[in-house]
Amino acid sequence: MNASRCSLALFALLASMPAFAQEGVDSVIDRVVTPLSDGLSAMIFWEIPIPGVEQGIPFIVAWLVVAALVFTFYFGFINLRAMKHAFRLVRGDYTSPDAAGEVTHFQALATALSGTVGLGNIAGVALAVSIGGPGATFWMVLAGLFSMSTKFVECTLGVKYRNEYADGTVSGGPMYYLSKGLAAEYPRLKLFGKVLAVVFAVFCIGGALGAGAMFQTNQAFSQLVNVTGGESSALNGYGWLFGLVIAALVGLVIIGGIRSIARVTEKIVPLMAILYVSSGLLVIGLNVDQVPAAFAAIIHGAFDPEGIYGGFIGVLILGFRRAAFSNEAGVGSAAIAHSAVRTDKPVTEGLVALYEPFIDTVVVCTITALVIIITGSLAEGSTIEGVALTSRAFGEAFDWFPIVLLVAVLMFAFSTTISWSYYGLKSFTYLFGEGQSKELVFKGIVLAAVVVGSSINLASVMNFADAMILAMALPNLIGVYLLAPVVKRELRIYWADYKAGRLKTYR
Amino acid sequence: MSRFLVGIDGSDCGERALDVAREHARAAGAELLVCYVINWSPFTFSTPQENAERHRRREEELNVARTKILEPRVEALNGAGIKTEGMARHGHPARTLVQLAEEHDATMIVIGRAGDTPMKTRIFGGTAAALVQSAPCPVLVVP
Repeated sequence: MNASRCSLALFALLASMPAFAQEGVDSVIDRVVTPLSDGLSAMIFWEIPIPGVEQGIPFIVAWLVVAALVFTFYFGFINLRAMKHAFRLVRGDYTSPDAAGEVTHFQALATALSGTVGLGNIAGVALAVSIGGPGATFWMVLAGLFSMSTKFVECTLGVKYRNEYADGTVSGGPMYYLSKGLAAEYPRLKLFGKVLAVVFAVFCIGGALGAGAMFQTNQAFSQLVNVTGGESSALNGYGWLFGLVIAALVGLVIIGGIRSIARVTEKIVPLMAILYVSSGLLVIGLNVDQVPAAFAAIIHGAFDPEGIYGGFIGVLILGFRRAAFSNEAGVGSAAIAHSAVRTDKPVTEGLVALYEPFIDTVVVCTITALVIIITGSLAEGSTIEGVALTSRAFGEAFDWFPIVLLVAVLMFAFSTTISWSYYGLKSFTYLFGEGQSKELVFKGIVLAAVVVGSSINLASVMNFADAMILAMALPNLIGVYLLAPVVKRELRIYWADYKAGRLKTYR
Repeated sequence: MSRFLVGIDGSDCGERALDVAREHARAAGAELLVCYVINWSPFTFSTPQENAERHRRREEELNVARTKILEPRVEALNGAGIKTEGMARHGHPARTLVQLAEEHDATMIVIGRAGDTPMKTRIFGGTAAALVQSAPCPVLVVP
């Protein structure tokens, strides 16, 4: 397999790299990775030209948005009509007390969310609004609503075709539904499914190392430097030290199995998310008189933007793009996390997964956007963007907020790294087989990537990682399209049972 | 037929409760239901790795509770002529004991109390206090 050989070469490269950043290492990596990265990026981000508009729509964004629309119509707006029922599923109304102690719908959803809520919601939105104006928010929310349907299909499939082992552990995700599902439904596509699964696993490993481990620590460190004084910060240049600390903590969790650290993060991450959302709501509440104007600006900006590059289409693409990057619907990563739930009805987990893009994109991103628009941070200067813009917008209302944001970014980075290391691990063991020593090798590579990611600034590796993560959507969605009829069948039976009141409730 | 439900947690206060329950059961000719609740909430946050292994861990936890904690005590009580059954379950301690008491028509719940300071109880919650508030039958709290 050519692709897997490439990725093996990449592993060897990362693993053999010294922990400490040195001049020269950067350029070596650059030289090796750039051609690979450029090729993949060129394909993934290839812009489909639109007549009469300067800017085309990137292929991958179109790929994800079209899927979201197709699944929304194919499943008859499941994203909207199932929300109430999904909420009751999350609350545990349909969970038997006999299942106490198993993974609940809530836990599967929370775990998947901690892998997606992160910098995309804080920095990504700021980026979209600072370039595309308030109107980008509208398209982002719309894309978020549609992509709920994509999550529904992929997470249902993740549970349906997972592997349950004799020792009581489970493994699931696109690699399993692509290979097992396609073989079961389309015997003639057996080999094709296997190829899709391998391609997905390779991209997922790349995404886990690049976007999971390297990008997250890199961004967390840059926020740390920003808050402690920017260029003049005492920490500036000590990225490798930060990387070692984070790697040691991540290592304690994923290799040492030290659950106490994971448990601390488990407590702090939701706390941070709640703090972020509630301080956002507080800022909005304090300026409630400006909310109608902000909504007017969002709607007006969405359909009739002034002075924005690319005009109407430009704003639309920005919104769609940020939604796709932030909730990962169609990428397939969430299907891995959701498949651990204990249920005999795969559809239920798909329905619960509807809430993932809803919370991630519709709720959290909208709050970020409203705060930025209401506080007027947007108008004051165009030089800052990303986390810094969000930081300043919140700082307008509460001067202590940048510190909270720093802690939040650190925690999100930590939990995202742990989540993605697991996604990568599952793909790695899918390719190379399960086993303690093999797992250890991969975990070692993840830790090396953490250190490297925070100590050097390699644009090409970052681009490569970004492209890898989105490339996962290529094999994944091909398989999801082919398997959608299976989900439709299951949903029809389940929904009929639900409507007829045949589902047992325990509350 | 009276049926007393005893909540034990592997601690000394659970043992004291069991001792008191045994004497009461003997005097009243009642059955005993020895319950061990593994503290668990459906609304906690966990890593994907933990979720994947959750089912196995649950079985291990239940197995340890049954073989190490319940079985020796149940055998001893049955040997002493008191009809006893053991039970292990995951959940919120007080709420689960209430559920079990309802399911098995218990006529009394016997529970130990750790005797923490009021402050500690306020922060960590007292199982005994919660039981007193919500139990479907009389509750005997053993200090």
